[in-house]
Formats: sequence, structure tokens, C-alpha cells
Amino acid sequence: MIRHLAGRLGQALVASFGVLTIVFFVMRLSGDPTLLLVPEGATAEQIAALRHALGFDRPLFVQYLSYLADLARLDLGESLVQRSGVAGIVAERIPYTVELAAGALVVALGIGIPAGVAMAVWRGGMVERLLAGFVLTGQSLPTFWSGILLILLFGVHLRWLPTSGADGLSSLVMPAIALGALTMSTFARMTRIAVLDELSRDYVSAARARGLSLGAAVARHVLRNAAIPVVTIAALEVGNLLAGAVIVETVFAWPGIGQLAIQSIAARDFLIVQTVVLFVSVVYIGMNLLADIAYAVIDPRIRLDR
Amino acid sequence: MSARFSPGIVLILLLLAAFVLAAAGADLLSPADPLRQSLLLRLREPGFASRTATYWLGTDDLGRDLLSRILYGARASLLVAALSVSVSLVVGTALGLLAGWFRGWTAVLIMRFVDTMLSIPAILLAVLTVAVLGPGFLKLVMVLGLTRWPRYTRVAYAATLQVAGLPYIKAAEMAGCGATRILWRHILPNIAGPLMVVATSEFGLMILFEAGLSFLGLGIQPPYPSWGSIMSAGRQYVTRAWWLTVFPGACLFVLVLCVNLFGDWLRDRVDPRSRGR
Repeated sequence: MIRHLAGRLGQALVASFGVLTIVFFVMRLSGDPTLLLVPEGATAEQIAALRHALGFDRPLFVQYLSYLADLARLDLGESLVQRSGVAGIVAERIPYTVELAAGALVVALGIGIPAGVAMAVWRGGMVERLLAGFVLTGQSLPTFWSGILLILLFGVHLRWLPTSGADGLSSLVMPAIALGALTMSTFARMTRIAVLDELSRDYVSAARARGLSLGAAVARHVLRNAAIPVVTIAALEVGNLLAGAVIVETVFAWPGIGQLAIQSIAARDFLIVQTVVLFVSVVYIGMNLLADIAYAVIDPRIRLDR
Repeated sequence: MSARFSPGIVLILLLLAAFVLAAAGADLLSPADPLRQSLLLRLREPGFASRTATYWLGTDDLGRDLLSRILYGARASLLVAALSVSVSLVVGTALGLLAGWFRGWTAVLIMRFVDTMLSIPAILLAVLTVAVLGPGFLKLVMVLGLTRWPRYTRVAYAATLQVAGLPYIKAAEMAGCGATRILWRHILPNIAGPLMVVATSEFGLMILFEAGLSFLGLGIQPPYPSWGSIMSAGRQYVTRAWWLTVFPGACLFVLVLCVNLFGDWLRDRVDPRSRGR
């Protein structure tokens, strides 16, 4: 297992390094990254002085090395608009996005997994068809539309929930549902496939032959085995939820890193945008790695270094 | 024929055709100029009739006819999606074919690049790149196309590896065919099915990406209509003008739903083993 995990860790490091490189070059696609960092209305001399101060007049390769060196020291730079460290500005917003993503994950798991199990157990019946429509809807709903519809219905019309902002659990409900819908569909589909696969195994027939009811067989044996692929997907989905937060946070004025990134684009504060992209990507890679480790721990075939 | 085309898939194809027709014929179908503003006609309800015209879906905050804007928005949506899917299909497939054919270091380099691209959430990479480059139709297409190619590469790579070992490829090689000819004439037609399945699901995603970026103000720029930007403007008037959100969003939802259903149907036909999954 050690060798397997070391290999995965190596892959994760290579991917992280690749992400840093891609982001570095994307930031330079416009030709002059200085222009992405100066506040609106700066004079030509100010821009030239800043270009020199930030080292953007050096050869590209030198810039790349110093960028990597800065990141290795966890120095993410300073926001010229807000005149303070980028790391601090982003870190302040992270808890909000984590709260939102956790809420969405609860929605997705809480609805998606029971829906998936039900679709597999009552295969071919009315239940499956109804749930399949529900899952398909969740998969095709644009978050910014479902978000506004939720605001319209529960915020404006019924006045049950606050329409925007982050103020307690009641304000989390709508953004979590809007963000979690797509992930819910993914869980439902994957759970259905996993449970169907398990239901066709001999041990289920054996359990049924011993007189176990279908419900008991599912609860005691099938779910445990079907959990393996679902756990793996749960880790990957966390990354998607963080990325999806960009739009949902804008709709609900939720003060997380997604809203911060969009506000920073408007304020031409690109170091913050860069940091948000790097942060989410590294978390995504980290979750991938965690999924691999979880997989290895759960599944003895991998643990024993087959 | 009738056994292959259930009533469901016929309905989906008809709806898709309706969207394509609406987009292509936006000039003919639109009752009004989608850019003409009239401050006297701001935020009128659906069905509102002035002395000269009827606004079936109402007007927006600048008094423009919503129905016309939605029709032109369909054009923006489908054009961006079709072009960006084409870009990523070509780039992704070419890289996958190369990796699958040459294997060795070529494959390692290309597939590592694929893994890296897949570790940046696509919407974030698109947001960053569009923001750096500035808005523009072609830039939007290129950014979406160049962020979403890795899935094609994975599929093309795996399929090429499978096909490359088959006897008929060996025969073509021994008959003196060059690598380009073999890849183009013998391998590509054989791996086209799975690639088309990926392209369809990506098409739906691209429609959502375009709308999402336009909603964030990074896609199609005002005054030109896109479903995303109409909804973004509508969000500010959500208490007074529900139609600005409901109609474009419903179009987007139905279109993406149809594309996804069509994709499922296509996948079942290309790969019968996946049927019912």
C-alpha cells in the first residue's frame, strides 16, 4: 500500500506543479500582467514603476522561477487595490465557502443517496421513473436560475427565508440547495449503479435464500459494499462544489471566495483571483488524493498491494 | 425505424430542432429589434400591448422586447457552444490520437498535461482566462474550447490504444500507410462514436458555461443579448419583473435538458452495454 500511495502522492505533486504553471501563463496571456494589477486610472509612469517593482520587466523564465519561489514560501503577494496581503484577504472568506459547500454536500448526500438506493431497489417501476426525472432535472438546472427561482418563491413570495447574505442557518438553506442540486444528481446516479451492481451478486441471492428480506439485505450487506465508489465520488464532488460556488455566491451575495473572485475581477485585483484559482485547484487535487487513500483503506485488494 | 426512435426521442429531437430554427431565424422571427430601447416601455408585463406592438414576453429594464432578445440569445448560446465544442473536439482528439499511436514519452507528456488540466475546475479556469483576456465573442469561444479538451483526449487515447492493436491496422501499416493516413482513415472513424457521446454532453455543459459567464458579466457583452446576461439584469428586478428571470432560464433549462437526454440516447446506441445505466 505504501508504494501505491507514494505513487499517488507523486502524481498529486506533479498535478499541483502543473496547475501553478498553467495559472502563471494564463496570467500573462494579455501580454502585460502589470495592467491586471493596477487600480483604475493609474498613469503611464505609475504603471512603468510598478512593472519594474514587481519584476515584470525581467525575462519570462526568471519571472516564472521567482513566482515559484514566492509560492514555495507561501508568499501570495499583496493586493494593490486593498493594500494588504492576498493570503489574508482570501483566508477571511474561506470559512463561508466551506460552510456553503458543506451545506450543499449535506443536501446532495441526504437526498442523492436515498434516491439512488430507491431507484435501484424499485428498478423499472413508477418510483424509478419519477426519481429519474427528478435527477435529470437536478442535472440540467443552471444554478443561477434555480437560485433566483428559490429567492423568488421562498424569499420574495412566501418570505420564509432571507434572500441574500450569510446570516445564520436560515440564509444557508437556499444557496446550499441551489449548489447541491447537480451533485445530488451525481450521487443518485452513482449510488443507483453501485447498488444495482451489488444486487446482482451471489451473496445477495444467498442472503435472500436464507430468508432475509430485500430491505434487510440492502441495509446490512449491499449498502456497505456500494459505499466504496460513492465515497470516492464524494471527495471529488467537494472540488466541484467549491468551483460552483463562484456562481451561487454571486446570486445569493454569499461572502465566500467565489464572490470575492468575481468582485476582484471587477476591481482589477487579479492576484486575489489567481489565489482563489490556485486554492480551489490544490484543494481539488488534495481531495483526489484523499479519495485514493480512502479507497485503499476501505478496499483490501488495494491495501494488500495486489 | 420506429423501434429505434421512441416517441420520447422524437419529441426531444423536435424541441432541439425548434431551438436551432429559433436561433437561425432570429432575424425573421423576432417581432422587434432586440437592441431598440424605449424608456417609456420599461419592465412591461408579458402580453403588454402598446399602440404599435404587442410584447408577448414583456420588456426588460431598458424597454427592449424580451421575446426578441431571447431569440437572439438562443443564437449566441448555440453558436458559442457549437464553436467551442468544435475547438475542443479537434484539439482533444488530435492529442489523444497522437498519444495513443506513439505511446511512450509522447503519451506520458500528453496524458500528464490532461491530468493537470482536469485538476483545475473548468469554470474557474474559464473565469480567470476570460477576465485576463477581456471580453469578446471569439475569445470566449477559444477559452471555452481550450479549457474543455482533456475529456476528448482521454477517450480518444483509450480508444486508439484499443484499436491500434487490431489486425486491420497492422495490415494497413504493412501495406505502407503512413501514420497520418492510418490515424485519419482507419482509426478516427472507429473511435468517432464515443467521441460524439462526449461532444454531446460537453455541448450541454458549454451552453451552461456561456450562460454562466455571461451571467457573471464575463461572456457576451451588453447590449447584445445572451440568456445569462438577461438573467443577470433580471436579478436586480426580481421582485418587480419575474419574467426577466423565468423565461430565459426556462429556455436554458429545456435546451440543456434536451441535449442531456439526447446524449443519453446517443450513448445507449453507441454503447449498448450502458443501456439503462
